[in-house]
Amino acid sequence: MFGVLFEQAADGQRYIDWLLSGLGWTLALAFFGWWIAFGIGVVVGIGRTVHNRVFSIAARLYVEIFRNIPVLVQMFLWYFVLPEVVPNALGNAIKQMPPPWASFVPALLCLGLYTASRIAEQVRAGIEALPKGQIEAASALGLGSYATYRYVIVPQALRLIVPSLTSEVMGIYKNTSVALTIGLMELTAQARQISEATFQTFTAFGAATIIYLCLALVAYQAMTLIDRAVRIPGTTPAKLTVEQDLAADGPHVENLPGAMEVVK
Amino acid sequence: MNSLDFSIVAQAWPYLWSGLLFSLSLTAAAFAIGMVLGTCLALVQHFEIRGLAQIVRGYVALIRSIPLILVLFWFFFLVPIVLGHLSGSGRPVPIGATATAFITFELFEAAYYSEIIRVGLRAVNKGQFEASQALALSTYDTYRHIVLPQVFRVASPIILSQTIILFQDTSLVYVLSLTDLLGAASKLAQLNGRLVEMYLFVAVVYLALSSAASQCVAILRKRYAVAAAHR
Repeated sequence: MFGVLFEQAADGQRYIDWLLSGLGWTLALAFFGWWIAFGIGVVVGIGRTVHNRVFSIAARLYVEIFRNIPVLVQMFLWYFVLPEVVPNALGNAIKQMPPPWASFVPALLCLGLYTASRIAEQVRAGIEALPKGQIEAASALGLGSYATYRYVIVPQALRLIVPSLTSEVMGIYKNTSVALTIGLMELTAQARQISEATFQTFTAFGAATIIYLCLALVAYQAMTLIDRAVRIPGTTPAKLTVEQDLAADGPHVENLPGAMEVVK
Repeated sequence: MNSLDFSIVAQAWPYLWSGLLFSLSLTAAAFAIGMVLGTCLALVQHFEIRGLAQIVRGYVALIRSIPLILVLFWFFFLVPIVLGHLSGSGRPVPIGATATAFITFELFEAAYYSEIIRVGLRAVNKGQFEASQALALSTYDTYRHIVLPQVFRVASPIILSQTIILFQDTSLVYVLSLTDLLGAASKLAQLNGRLVEMYLFVAVVYLALSSAASQCVAILRKRYAVAAAHR
């Protein structure tokens, strides 16, 4: 069934090479996008919980805006609108980027900033789930608010939310497919191209589906390992299931380790 | 930077409005049918119906791990073939992009809603089942009148947030060249060259509708939190 993938395409490569190059772009987008999202997400998530008015309103605005506009629309804003609304010289420089980068860079920014708004909400939920005693103990030890966040709150919150971050990892690699609308030849785009070139739609989409399934499995396993490695000792193992999706969606973190609940 | 001219949006409004109506009706249909199917899928897993439960679990896992755009492509290709087989002629029945989008979103969202309801079913207090049994209610009556209403109420904030995501996801029908809100804007933008105004306007519409709905999620959540505290 998959034999057609090893036949030669019009450009001299085999179809499987098209798929693999698509997979490469998908992975690059998901990987680098993830680190942008994680960095900004943690900062914005902290911003949602601090008492400084300016910082917390800015963080709230960030989350509201990036979470409530569809990824595809954001993709178009980065790709079509941004070069038009920045000063001409910069706009022209953006437009003159060579082909794969001209779609890769906007897609990377789009996915990174969108996913950041989702991670920020998880970080906030993690911070709010920490028992109050942690902050009180930190201030009893004479730690300032920076040191409290840096050494007490954020490390614990991040360890708590590993299970719920799994769904964001899954989310970002699935959303990479939206980049095909601005011309990035990632996995789904390559599958469609193969189906159009060979009329073997079933094979082309089947191969892409299997690859996505493997990615999901790898992401899930990796996050399980990370969770096992960094889980706060004495807490019950969190199950990586949809419960996290659900709980992580708001301030209720029902997946909290049992021990923490007792402390509260 | 060229000056922006939003009067173009006012001229285009009737077309954009029909696009928005398409987006909303796709959301409504996917919500209604997705919830009904999702509840069935969740109950099949909840009752561990032999054979069927495994198939449903596989379907949900598969749908949840591949991108919606790929699912749209799959259905665009598969649905005519399946319909052909069902109608007995064996020949693919072309059904068009609109019908494909509706069928895809209904079946796709069913998988997501079913997960929410499945988890909700497990959260219902054991005492509720025992009380129903003590009242001699049949299994059907227990679920119809006691369990499911509680599940829907408890899960309502999550169901609504999922529906907001669904509304945003309907913009992906762009890949089938349909005229939803974004599709209408992009077609006009290509005609009149005013893509900055068009896309900014669309972004603002999505932002306004989704944030308004998010506020409702917050209200539902607060209400439910209060109800839980009184239990």
